[in-house]
Amino acid sequence: MNDIIVKGGFIFDPLNDINGEKGDILISNGKIVAENKNRDIKVVDATGMVVMPGGVDIHSHIAGSKINAGRMLRPEDHRKDVVKKTKITRSGVGYSCPSTFITGYRYAQMGYTSVLEPAMPPISARHVHEEMADIPLLDKAAYTLFGNNLFTLKYVKAGDIEMLKAFILWLLRATKGYAVKIVNPGGVENWKWGKNVSGLDDLVINYEVTPRQIVTSLAKANEELGLPHTIHLHCNNLGVPGNYETTIETMEALKSIKPKSGRKTTVHVVHCQFNALDGDTWANVRSGASKIAKYVNSHEHVSIDIGQVIFTDTTTMTGDGPWQFRLSNLSGNKWVNKDVEMEAGAGIVPYTYKKGNPANSIQWAIGLELALQVYDPWRVYLTTDHPNGGPFTFYPKVITWLMSRASRNETMLEINKACMRRTNLANDYREYSFNEIAIVTRAATAKAVGLTNKGHLAPGADGDISVYDINPLNWAPSKYRDLEKAFTLAKYTIKGGELVVKDGEILSTPPGSTYWIDSTAPNEGELVKDVEVDFRDYYSINFRNYPVEETYLPMSHPIKLEAV
Amino acid sequence: MEIHTDVICPFCGCLCDDIEVTVDNNKIINVKNSCGISRSKFMNNEINRIYHPSIDGKTVSYEEAVKEAANILANSVRPLIYGLSKIDNEAIRKAVYLTELIGGVIDNTASICHGSSIIARQTVGSSASSLGEVKNRGDLIIFWGSNPMDSHPRHLARYSVIPKGKYIPNGRKDRYVIVVDVRETRTSKLANEFIMVKPDSDFEIIQCLRAAVRGEKIQSENIGGVPINVIEQLANRMKSAKYGCMFYGLGLNHGSTKHLNIEALYSLISDLNHYTKFVVNPMRGIFNVTGAGVVPTWLTGYPFGVDMSRGYPRYNPGEYTSIDLLARKEADAALIMGSDPGGTFPIGAAKRLAKIPTITLERKQTPTTMLSKVVIPVSTLGIESSGGVYRMDEVPLEMRKVVEPPKGVGTDAKVLEDIIAIVESLKRCN
Repeated sequence: MNDIIVKGGFIFDPLNDINGEKGDILISNGKIVAENKNRDIKVVDATGMVVMPGGVDIHSHIAGSKINAGRMLRPEDHRKDVVKKTKITRSGVGYSCPSTFITGYRYAQMGYTSVLEPAMPPISARHVHEEMADIPLLDKAAYTLFGNNLFTLKYVKAGDIEMLKAFILWLLRATKGYAVKIVNPGGVENWKWGKNVSGLDDLVINYEVTPRQIVTSLAKANEELGLPHTIHLHCNNLGVPGNYETTIETMEALKSIKPKSGRKTTVHVVHCQFNALDGDTWANVRSGASKIAKYVNSHEHVSIDIGQVIFTDTTTMTGDGPWQFRLSNLSGNKWVNKDVEMEAGAGIVPYTYKKGNPANSIQWAIGLELALQVYDPWRVYLTTDHPNGGPFTFYPKVITWLMSRASRNETMLEINKACMRRTNLANDYREYSFNEIAIVTRAATAKAVGLTNKGHLAPGADGDISVYDINPLNWAPSKYRDLEKAFTLAKYTIKGGELVVKDGEILSTPPGSTYWIDSTAPNEGELVKDVEVDFRDYYSINFRNYPVEETYLPMSHPIKLEAV
Repeated sequence: MEIHTDVICPFCGCLCDDIEVTVDNNKIINVKNSCGISRSKFMNNEINRIYHPSIDGKTVSYEEAVKEAANILANSVRPLIYGLSKIDNEAIRKAVYLTELIGGVIDNTASICHGSSIIARQTVGSSASSLGEVKNRGDLIIFWGSNPMDSHPRHLARYSVIPKGKYIPNGRKDRYVIVVDVRETRTSKLANEFIMVKPDSDFEIIQCLRAAVRGEKIQSENIGGVPINVIEQLANRMKSAKYGCMFYGLGLNHGSTKHLNIEALYSLISDLNHYTKFVVNPMRGIFNVTGAGVVPTWLTGYPFGVDMSRGYPRYNPGEYTSIDLLARKEADAALIMGSDPGGTFPIGAAKRLAKIPTITLERKQTPTTMLSKVVIPVSTLGIESSGGVYRMDEVPLEMRKVVEPPKGVGTDAKVLEDIIAIVESLKRCN
């Protein structure tokens, strides 16, 4: 591996307070270094260009049974976006459910180098890891689903936080997972009887616990354990007009949790756009973004990602089974459901966000409103909840909407006027800077998930760098088309110290690491005894065949927690 | 003597993972917990084995066989790679890569069994569950055109009928079991209710059932041999179940209306979810036929019948599926693994396999090995080698080996890797 110097670019490294200063970045042995005396050094000329740490996507469905069921469901989606093999790259398909190799290539071409898969059902964890092994060029981690797990409900009901903590660590290790994901707490379990929950204080059938108890207990356990990421929460009532109230109520319920030392947040609320709806029905839905933003602005314990909607045909997929059934009935589109024993569920429905549709145009505005009205970019992140709001390949488009009011206006003129009347987007003059884009796409996301070697360019950080061919000194918001072009195909992407993309073309395809939490609670013996009994009675596989073997992770990167 | 526990059975889509195998001096001497078929598979692993590679029936070295295989594949115009249902996920990944490399077509046994189910799913979607949910919640179990007592012998005992579950405290007593079939079977004898239907009338019966579920009045007195009041009763029973589970078999895939049957069935189940919770699962046959669809889907977007001749994947069942390619005399070379098309394909397709250079990776003598030009022995997955597989409900499991394979015999993945290495160098030279 050659050492590399990225020369003369405008560096945006927000975690180290570097805001567009001209400079060089040195890489040696895959890491960023302060100086390099090696003569055999490859020069990457970034003169007049933007240099950022490699992108870190905090929430994107890239691997596992859900996205794969989406791929299987949608031959018509693949047909419009086929990818030929080359001497270096594999063939595949793209668009809303890209095949694994294409996922890796396209992220790298946009300058992203780390992606976190946000919904891993424990019993099919091997599937997630098998697919992640076939996604090159990216470092990865997967969040394990906890919110409707039999053992979670059991320990929450018993009020036994120590057993819950032991269970979290045991399950993360068994599934090679990285964080605690919660999807519609209680609602997914109720969906197994064809029901849902409609708020924080409804009861989970047969368990007599509430969503409120589930999220607060998991958040408390999560912070006491000191996991690198907070709980990753898909709130109740997703997609239900008026749900902003539930969202704020949920945030409020987590206010009093004591965060792990060194961070202030106790919850990350995912794809918040879908949970920021005001109004009573889809007919009179309006934006609840201002109310959510106001809450987030005045409460340090919350971070969100936006879940931006793109006007295109896509494939929605979530662990929120009841919502997917509802969406299938709303749209009339084909519906896949999967109930996963004792743990989770999922649903998949193709969906087209239409410019002429009033509700869709409002959803589009809500995502941007959240990004613009939350003033602290360290707590609001760019996502499309790929592929739910739209494919990740539209991130450059989202960046232009954030950085250019002219670009937003152009879209607003094309779409249903409900967007003007029932949201405040037209009145928002804020435009993101390059520095703020660097925050919401890499620095803040890396920080939020606790990947300390990612998202910045100080010596010791991983050699993950992206260079975009746009000059921040000459750029103005009216030139948003140039911006979109520059962010669509990175001039250079460097992954782990290797130049992998040049002029938007893939040069090589090294594999990425998989991060997971490898810690054991002191009371694990007691926990395992308890788990084994229920396992024998209720699971359809044997306890010994459950944990994912480490051989499933070609580049395994276990993390030991300090606090345990 | 050693006892291996929690062994996963390499026979059917149930992937029972509680088998106990006793091994003495690298020989299996006893098997516990298994069904009769599984026991036979473990105990008779050595019968009829192929120990040496051959070309045109003559024993050759492994290197010669692999080289010949690579030459055939690299020089063919329209090579077909078929089978995949008894090989592990790693080998399937390699098979997809090899197909891409040689611009071939890759297809698996879904092509002749549950392919219709996949097409139906792509058309209307489906509501499914893992088998543990059936065990824990299923209070109404329907087997339609499937006879698991013969095809998946432990399905009823482990997942669907007998076991006690979290919300089924009394096991069998808490479940109502219905069998719908064209004749009495061993499964129908165990059911609470047996509904006999005329062959090839499933489509109209299911559509009537859909109407009955919606409360429509049906004019006919009898549909497909079933009195209308039986259909109405069935509809009511389905609507009043707490957690209904439908399992269907090849009976539905292979009527004259093929995937339309399954589309109707999937739509029925979706309709029922407006009234209660209902799921439907296909009874997948061979132990990793599910993986043979899952793995190519993440690599190419498509589950079977994938054509790579243009350098990117294309999918069109009926065009890029094996029997069609062979019957049209399009395929000019074939690589077969994890299946026996010589024994299962229609005669016209099998004849074509005998005519073109066919390479077969197999453990045992089969009709396919007899018509193949090149035969390379492989180890038995789940007995002699470990590897990842998918259960019929897409739950991934890691099989574990209990004995060493015969000397000089490698895994499917290893053989593919060696073929790929030569094909790669041949392609570079061209």
